[in-house]
Amino acid sequence: MSELETLSTAIMAEIEQAPDEQALEAVRLSALGKKGSVSERLKTLGSMTPEERQVMGPAINGLKAKVTEALVARRTELRDAAITARLAAEKIDVTLPVRTAPAERGRIHPISQVIDEIAAIFGDLGFAIAEGPDIETDYYNFTALNFPEGHPAREMHDTFFFNPDEKGERKVLRTHTSPVQIRTMEAQKPPIRIVIPGKTYRQDSDATHSPMFHQLEGLVVDKTANVANMKWVLEEFCKAFFEVPSVKMRFRPSYFPFTEPSLEVDIQCDRSRPGEVRFGEGNDWMEILGCGMVHPNVLRYGGLDPDEYQGFAWGMGIDRLAMLKYGMPDLRAFFDADVRWLTHYGFRPLDIPTLFGGLSS
Amino acid sequence: MKLTLSWLKDHLETAASLAEITERLTMIGLEVEAIDDKAALKPFVIAKVLTAEQHPDADRLRVLTVDVGNGEKPIQVVCGAPNARAGLIGAFAAPGTYIPGLGTTLAIGTIRGVESRGMMCSERELQLSDEHTGIIDLPQNAPVGASFAEYAHLDDPVIDINLTPNRPDCTSIHGIARDLAAAGLGRLKDRTVEPVAGEGACPVKVSLDFGDTPSLCPGFALRMVRGVKNGSSPKWMQQRLIAIGLRPINALVDVTNYLTFDRGRPLHVYDLKKVSGNLVIRRALDGETVLALNERNYELTPEMCVIADDKGADSIAGVMGGENTGCDADTTDVLIESALWEPLNVARTGRDLGIITDARYRFERGVDPEFMVPGLDLATHMVIELCGGVATEAEVVGYAGYKPKTIVFPVLEVKRLTGLDVPGEESLAILSRLGFKATGGGYIADVEVPSWRPDIDGKADLVEEVMRIHGVDRIQPAPLVSHDAVNGRILTPLQIRTRSARRALAVRGMMEAVTWSFIPEAHARLFGGGQPRLKLANPIAADMSDMRPSLLPGLLAAAQRNTDRGFADVALFEVSGAYEGDTPEKQRRVAAGVRRGTAKAQGSGRHWSGNAASVDLFDAKADALAALEAAGAPVDKLQIEAGGPEWYHPGRSGTFKLGPKLVLGRFGEFHPKTLEALDVSGPFAGFEIFIDAIPAPRDKATRTKPRLDLSGLQAVKRDFAFVVDRNVEAGALVRAASSADKKLVTGVSIFDVFEGAALGEGKKSVAIEVSIQPMEKTLTDEDFEALAQKIVENVGKQTGGALRG
Repeated sequence: MSELETLSTAIMAEIEQAPDEQALEAVRLSALGKKGSVSERLKTLGSMTPEERQVMGPAINGLKAKVTEALVARRTELRDAAITARLAAEKIDVTLPVRTAPAERGRIHPISQVIDEIAAIFGDLGFAIAEGPDIETDYYNFTALNFPEGHPAREMHDTFFFNPDEKGERKVLRTHTSPVQIRTMEAQKPPIRIVIPGKTYRQDSDATHSPMFHQLEGLVVDKTANVANMKWVLEEFCKAFFEVPSVKMRFRPSYFPFTEPSLEVDIQCDRSRPGEVRFGEGNDWMEILGCGMVHPNVLRYGGLDPDEYQGFAWGMGIDRLAMLKYGMPDLRAFFDADVRWLTHYGFRPLDIPTLFGGLSS
Repeated sequence: MKLTLSWLKDHLETAASLAEITERLTMIGLEVEAIDDKAALKPFVIAKVLTAEQHPDADRLRVLTVDVGNGEKPIQVVCGAPNARAGLIGAFAAPGTYIPGLGTTLAIGTIRGVESRGMMCSERELQLSDEHTGIIDLPQNAPVGASFAEYAHLDDPVIDINLTPNRPDCTSIHGIARDLAAAGLGRLKDRTVEPVAGEGACPVKVSLDFGDTPSLCPGFALRMVRGVKNGSSPKWMQQRLIAIGLRPINALVDVTNYLTFDRGRPLHVYDLKKVSGNLVIRRALDGETVLALNERNYELTPEMCVIADDKGADSIAGVMGGENTGCDADTTDVLIESALWEPLNVARTGRDLGIITDARYRFERGVDPEFMVPGLDLATHMVIELCGGVATEAEVVGYAGYKPKTIVFPVLEVKRLTGLDVPGEESLAILSRLGFKATGGGYIADVEVPSWRPDIDGKADLVEEVMRIHGVDRIQPAPLVSHDAVNGRILTPLQIRTRSARRALAVRGMMEAVTWSFIPEAHARLFGGGQPRLKLANPIAADMSDMRPSLLPGLLAAAQRNTDRGFADVALFEVSGAYEGDTPEKQRRVAAGVRRGTAKAQGSGRHWSGNAASVDLFDAKADALAALEAAGAPVDKLQIEAGGPEWYHPGRSGTFKLGPKLVLGRFGEFHPKTLEALDVSGPFAGFEIFIDAIPAPRDKATRTKPRLDLSGLQAVKRDFAFVVDRNVEAGALVRAASSADKKLVTGVSIFDVFEGAALGEGKKSVAIEVSIQPMEKTLTDEDFEALAQKIVENVGKQTGGALRG
């Protein structure tokens, strides 16, 4: 074995055995550094004869290339090993829980969500959303809605009153959203197509009645709107709201002071499953709303001639719609702000009801 | 309003089934609330006791063998009734039968060692009466094996109608029959009353005495029947009264109750010998008392009407008769009253006294004035028929007769309002079947309203009559004509802002609550409310007395309720109305929220990655800003002033303003005294923003956003630390630094604030990072030096701060 081969074997062994990058650098210096064993050999080429150089040149340069290559390979190997070791040391328990995103924790109250659902549907039917004050005058809440003097609703046991003012007039907490019918007729000329969601108040309290509740009023006034149109609007609404392909509704004559003719509406449903109501099937009828043609006197109070203009109106409970659709058993819980109830029955803030994406997810 | 099927058929000739009748009732506006088809009584059969032997092991029991008429061998029954005997015919229940009077289902039993395979029933066990001294004992000709209910006429179905307040005519079974006949379900029987030919004048005279006040009695008719014999009314009448929930009393009283339902004609009977002198109809004296038929004393007011005799007020007009003049078994001469009363007055009197009677139910709706005298005659006939006696002439006072209303009715109104294509003559035929009289044919008819329909005022009412009788279900739904192919935005700016604020707060991990609009007075006062004009005259509970001036007290209380349930870290908000006054403008649209415990936006409570700290004013400030931003407030132009109203912590609260007067919101921690007065405990932070105060958005001609110029030059950040007085607001320092060069300085953020002895008494250090964005050319060292100089100068001038050495 030539001296060069011996050197080569020794260097390659050192490279192979270098435990880390620092040791490997020492090997590199001892071989390829200025005074390194291979560098020293290269320097000897100058003093050689051309013949010797012919042989030794490639041999020594070959050794240099071989050592360089081995160094690079070993360095890569050592780096990879070091990274592997570091990564192994950095291991973390990925099953540790993260904090829930705020948008996942937050909740929209079912009443707000249902009002948005209602707005989506009626917006599509060309209705606007109107609003009015909770504290009303006797005129808007009763007189202009054709409530006769002495009607039971005008008594203290049904309606919340404020104390009389200096003129002897006592304001009321509106008992229905219907006063907004008059306010709207006063403010705009027909055609009118509005729905009015809002808070309403009555002296009542049990599992299905609350002294404060929410109502949805609807009003259409133009020169042709009739009971047939009203039936269509209400059926389309119920179908869309309950998200069923069809509903069967029963319109029955009834009585309200502010409509004539007046109707009550039942919806066909199946109540055979506890805690759940299914619409569009079953043998039960459930009353869901009252409606009718706007009473001629109400149109007159609104400044409209009942022989020129006509229209229909309806009212239904928003809380009740929510209960029927989403299955809350007790109305009182709506106003208790129990975070467990809100988490369960509330809606995620980014679940915004639309018709194109579905009212509910 | 209750009636039985057989009773209805006294007035309606019909072949329709119970199901058809009840279905039609509902569809013509007489909503059937309940039907009792008496199926519970069907299993009971008439059976004959063949033998009755003493029980071997019990003195008071007998062992019967009973023939139930099914041709099979007799059944053994153990019976304890004293009247159980061989040959008795009674009502038998087989094992498996539900016994309504016991509330149990019968099983085969062994009584003292003897098997019993059924039961002979008492009247109480069948809920026919309270009779329980023995088993039912029927006449010997009762058909063994037949249905007992059918034999005893107990199978008469009872219909309960939820009558709307506008239909006094249907407080009468005759009136209900009229509606059904009009709707094609049979023929209304003629029940015209034969006038009574009385003998001599009524011995008791009647006068109306209302002085100069309006009369409360539009008519009063009275007659005496002399020589009656009052006893029990006949079985058929008793059964009908029991079926609709009334208790038979005696023949005279039962007749009045019977006609109340049969004809919607309330009546009253007086025992003549108990009446002193003549009758006066008048207002009650203030504080006058009446002992009513329910044996209770009522104190009256001059707003109430009474029938009085020489001894004083006897009956409460239209509501309840007097106990002192009531008829009993000894009555021989009876006065029968048929009167008319002011509906509103009866309603108010009944309500004020808390008396609900069948008479009030009818009078407050309005009884048929034209039936006042016929009603008296009909009652007279029935009294004579049941109790004998001789009638006098009637004493009738105050009745001016009925002047029918006439309505001009264009028949096309039906089509205009309902969409129903009913021929004109059909509409008029319907009205005529209901008792209206139409004259003048063609397109416009004059329609005369019958005396029993005070609810009919105008042509829309006639449309309703035609619609409900013709059939609401015949109206085909017709689409509303659409105004636009694509419907645009339907919400007002305020509605949009309300909605956006709500969702923005929920996105921050808060839960939307809906709390009461009325709160305890003490809570209202703590938040600037409690004014007399916002106080309810009749709150449903003492702690729901005042309209809330702020949403915060309700939310704080709600958070505390959750805390008490074991959920101490809660973040609640509400977007709703708060009331500064009782006018529409004073109802504010507010978004408010509270955070309690450690309910931070990023999470609450303990966590392996680091526990959440207690909430503080900056959590509330962040919530408020998010809501303001979502609601469209110009957040970059807001001024923040330290401090807020007295319910906030004076040193840890702030107010958002736009200009010197316009307050858009407030935030902070709460005053400890406020929390204490609300009986809640923190840590709490909260805010309220006034959505309705945010300036309206400007109308924009285009939706195009402003042009965006992005510099290609590198942005640079430079840090400065200033020492300023402790009271200098960080906001002022940021404003000073920003104004050094409005073009180059694109942002100033505070990254460190600290106080320490080294800085000197009353001093603090505020460190800021200034973002600089060159637009036209790369900045030289000199440029930076000049800018830094300007920043230091500005801060020095505006805040008195100096660069920290």
